[in-house]
Amino acid sequence: MKGSLLATGAAIAAFALAFPAAADFTGGKVRIGVLNDQSSLYADITGQGSVVAARMAVEDWGGKVRGVPIEVVFADHQNKPDVGANISRQWYDTEGVDVIVDVPTSSVALAINEITREKNKVFLVSGAATSDLTGPKCSPNTVHWTYDTWALANGTGSAIVQTGGDSWFFLTADYAFGHALERDTEAVVLKAGGKVLGKVRHPLNNPDFSSYLLQAQASRAKIIGLANAGGDTINSIKQAAEFGIVAGGQNLAGLLVFITDVHGLGLQTAQGLILTESFYWDLNDQTRAWSKRFAERMNGRMPTMVQAGVYAAVTHYLKALDALGSDADGRAVVAKMKEIPTDDPLFGKGQIRIDGRKLHPVYLFEVKKPAESKGPWDYYKLKATIPAERAFRPLAEGNCPLVK
Amino acid sequence: MVEILGVPAPALFGQLLLGLINGAFYAMLSLGLAVIFGLLNIINFTHGAQYMMGAFTAWMLLNWFGIGYWWSLLLAPLFVGFTGILIERVLLKRLAGLDHLYGLLLTFGLALVIQGLYRNEFGSTGLPYAIPPELRGGQNLGFMFLPNYRAWVVVVSLVVCLLTWLVIEKTRLGSYLRAATENPTLVQAMGIDVPKMVTLTYGFGVALAAFAGVLAAPIYQVSPLMGADLIIVVFAVVVIGGMGSILGSIVTGFGLGVVEGLTKVFWPQASATVIFVIMAIVLLLRPAGLFGRTS
Repeated sequence: MKGSLLATGAAIAAFALAFPAAADFTGGKVRIGVLNDQSSLYADITGQGSVVAARMAVEDWGGKVRGVPIEVVFADHQNKPDVGANISRQWYDTEGVDVIVDVPTSSVALAINEITREKNKVFLVSGAATSDLTGPKCSPNTVHWTYDTWALANGTGSAIVQTGGDSWFFLTADYAFGHALERDTEAVVLKAGGKVLGKVRHPLNNPDFSSYLLQAQASRAKIIGLANAGGDTINSIKQAAEFGIVAGGQNLAGLLVFITDVHGLGLQTAQGLILTESFYWDLNDQTRAWSKRFAERMNGRMPTMVQAGVYAAVTHYLKALDALGSDADGRAVVAKMKEIPTDDPLFGKGQIRIDGRKLHPVYLFEVKKPAESKGPWDYYKLKATIPAERAFRPLAEGNCPLVK
Repeated sequence: MVEILGVPAPALFGQLLLGLINGAFYAMLSLGLAVIFGLLNIINFTHGAQYMMGAFTAWMLLNWFGIGYWWSLLLAPLFVGFTGILIERVLLKRLAGLDHLYGLLLTFGLALVIQGLYRNEFGSTGLPYAIPPELRGGQNLGFMFLPNYRAWVVVVSLVVCLLTWLVIEKTRLGSYLRAATENPTLVQAMGIDVPKMVTLTYGFGVALAAFAGVLAAPIYQVSPLMGADLIIVVFAVVVIGGMGSILGSIVTGFGLGVVEGLTKVFWPQASATVIFVIMAIVLLLRPAGLFGRTS
């Protein structure tokens, strides 16, 4: 009797060792929730493209991790923190979502950051920009993948100050993202000995910028820094040309410009803009091959860095699940993600720092002149590569409580 | 330099002028809404989508057929107005005599469908539309740089608004329209084809929205969402002016453009809300709107 009990115990133990998956994956599957703007001003930057990128990551991984199926679901947070918070609670509490990915709009991302920590799930940020996600608000459940406001300020801001743009006026989107981008850029400008002559904060998704541009013009600042994104940036740049801002000797600094924005503006208007991105489809053979596959599914549209970040982050997440054999404990999964070095075709080799920041090189691009472009989506000239160790805010300066 | 409330006077003049330019769009759109509401008793929530269609039609004419801005000013309103006539004949006509709510739901639903279709096809970032060469550049007025195109927008929309007002208030056709608004049965008994007049009026209101869309295309990004963002403000303008009041919608359109422009100087963060605050105050003090008549 005793012998048979022991044998059974041994059999169970052997079974558990051989098939850890079934027991340790909540709900018997891995469910990835892509939460972003599906319908408004950030929908081309993130939107369905991010969903497609997540699905590609799952397919490239083989559709299963340790024999457990992987699913991708998505929802529209409408750029509203309350809507985003409701969806994420519902996903985590009743719909078995294990990880939320993307989440542009920093105000929404900061809300999801807290909910994910409270529920001990995983949050992979690609769309949101605020550097607070790895600063004072850093969380053991969050990885910030693609870029942040500090990296943008450090890239575009420094490049412009170094070429003589030492007096600034900010046009800032009036929410968490704009404030963070303005703050980080202002720090770069002041550190380099420049000065900030004024700033004006406009509501998100504002169609007419002429009034603000006139205020910027009156300030006589050499550089008008656009601390906004998407449609707001496009309309600012378009209307600045109309009001003769650049012809009058002032220059624009688009602090966050995506390739879809350049596409929407057209090279005639966008040419000469300096911008910072961590991914461009035409960087190397691997990025070209992946982007081609992406474009085939997206009606010919090339991926933004945010969508590329979703692919890479999901791939690394699955790698960590495979190593860990469980998705139950969000903190453990993120710890594993930090432990394993990252390696993917889009961002190359890198790592995730203790504060949740993913480290990779960041590139400074200049938008081509119409004559230099060989066709649609051939928009950028590489000006400089900022190596991973200098691209992001030093660990000690972030005030992240996880860093001791 | 003379200062008014801490802002240099020249800068203030500039902002007033800009407010007037934005007001021109509010005026033209709310005018169309007012005309439609006056005769059809329909709150046309599709108006924003039709404004967007106007801009997109101009873009398509240019990029697919090589037809430039000036012809678009004529062709796009005609085309979009024609789609409006179809909508009225096929759908809106069936709602005559029903509660306002049905018309509102139908037009709102239509707007969502139209915007969704355009977003699916063109993406949400939108497309560029260049300012026509004749109107590029600008004038230095001393207190501000006024782009020629914006000056053109103000002049054209003032002319269009005035013409519409004249037609409705001073011509025989206008008198039929106003009579049909008061008592359609009696007007029909006099031998005037009221249903046809209703259809054409809707088509005209929609064409006005499309015209504003073509005017807006070079200033803003031609995007599927351009109308959705604007229409809420325009509705507030109509409510403040008084539902159905032609002159009211024109005057409030320009007036609120100026108020919004000034808010952008003194308290930019509030510029998206100031119109709604005014709306709440007006509704409390004069529920029929500034120019509305209480029945």
